[in-house]
Order: sequence, then C-alpha cells, then structure tokens
Amino acid sequence: MLSGQLIGRLVSMAGRISLSRGSTGSGTIGPVETAIRSKLEQALNPEVLELRNESGGHAVPAGSETHFRVAVVSSRFEGLSPLQRHRLIHDALSEELAGPVHALAIQARTPAQWRENPQLDTSPPCLGGSKKTRGTP
Amino acid sequence: MSGSLGRVSAALLRWGRGASGGGLLVPGVRAAGSDTGGRSAEQLDALVKKDKVVVFIKGTPEQPQCGFSNAVVQILRLHGVRDYAAYNVLDDPELRQGIKDYSNWPTIPQVFLNGEFVGGCDILLQMHQTGDLVEELKKLGICSALLDEKQEQK
Repeated sequence: MLSGQLIGRLVSMAGRISLSRGSTGSGTIGPVETAIRSKLEQALNPEVLELRNESGGHAVPAGSETHFRVAVVSSRFEGLSPLQRHRLIHDALSEELAGPVHALAIQARTPAQWRENPQLDTSPPCLGGSKKTRGTP
Repeated sequence: MSGSLGRVSAALLRWGRGASGGGLLVPGVRAAGSDTGGRSAEQLDALVKKDKVVVFIKGTPEQPQCGFSNAVVQILRLHGVRDYAAYNVLDDPELRQGIKDYSNWPTIPQVFLNGEFVGGCDILLQMHQTGDLVEELKKLGICSALLDEKQEQK
C-alpha cells in the first residue's frame, strides 16, 4: 500500500535520529560478534551480512556485546513470512540469545528486497530499561 | 496521501521521546501486568487471547523503558489503537521468561493480535510500513486512524 519510495524515506529519516549509536566505542570486534557472524554465515549462506554492535548506545559497560542489529540477505528467505525468517535467525543464534545477547534487531531480506533499499537501519535510542536488567537477556 | 506520509514520518521520529518528554498518555490502555498470577502455558494462552491487541513490553505505554518497546507503543498510537492490554515484563520476571517460552521468541517486545503471535518491534514496524498492519487491524474490527485520515483526504 505504501510505496517503496516512502519506506526508503522513513528509513532514511529514522537513520538520522541517532547516527552515533552503532558502535562499542572501541572499534574492536568481540567474540560474540564473531560468533554471530560465523553462525549466520553457516546457517543461511547470506549474500550480504551486515552486523552492528549497538551496545554503546545502552546502559552497559564499554566494550559490551549485548545489543546488535543484523541485516541478513539470503535466498533462503524466499517465500517465508517475516516471522519465519526471524525464527531461522533466532534458531541459528539460540546460544547467544540465551546468553550474552540482550537485544537483536533483525532485517531479514531476500536479495531482491535488499537491492530496493540496501542499508542497515538504525535502532531507536535506549530508554534506560537495561539499567534494571543488566546481565539478563 | 502526502499529508499522512508526513505524519507517519513525524511519528517515527518521535520515538525515543516517550519517557523523557513527560510521558505519553494513552487513554484506554490498561496497565495490566499485576494480575497475571501463574505462568502456565494455559494461563498465558488465556492472557494473550483476553484482548484483541496484547503487547508485552519493558515499561508502560506511558513510560516505556526500552526504545524497541517504545516503537511498538508509538506505532499502535499512530494507528489510533487505544484499547489494548500492555504487560510490563520488568515488573514480573516470571512473565518475562514465561512469555518468551510461550511464543518461542527470545526478546521483548512481543505483539499479539487476536491471540496470535505477530512478532516483535521489527516485524510490527515492517507491517506498519507495508500497510499490512491496517489490514490486520481491520480483521479485528479496528479501523486504523491512518485509514480514516486517508479517506478524509479523498
């Protein structure tokens, strides 16, 4: 109903909300990030895999690996609903999601969908809830 | 159409301000969460089916404690959905784990429409952007405010 152009506009506007959120500050890639990447590559053979550690925008210690955003572009998603696509990603990362990873924003696209708008979106800013819940997924 | 698009963008940009901006009043939303009792699958089943629109979030609709939960609240607000049940999982660790097990979904927020699990923030936002949310709400007899606005402009 809404056009692709509109979606692009919404995403680009959303991207301007907080451009500085997507990094741990240190710029290093931690073990959890490495594991997420390798498990998704193995499970879904993605054409594109973009992963951003967004933990720096949250109330967790510097260098944390608790909040991530991922874009997975795979032909395996053809014909699957968003819910089914997300579940495939959750299944691949069950260990991480049961442990250190507190939040995982997911863009699960087919190659054609990715070509329409090939960018990793930006998550909304943290509102402080993780202060109370630190250490629990 | 362009007017409603502008409003959609504006509302999306508004997310994040909910807690600091003095809180958003959402008339009709019941702050559920204190009366849930046990956590068996049957009880959770009854809970998600009790209301047409049910959300499990961190914080309350008036004061969300997480950006993703706030996004869910803002999307519902944008569609004029006022009558929904919101359960604050931060008040209730058993519910927090119980609902994840029930829906086999590892994160909060979680959205249920007509007792059926829809997804979290990413999927609700996607449904909003594609227009699917308007259609799903219509099936529940809820007329989206965005649809009203569009019709008025014709």
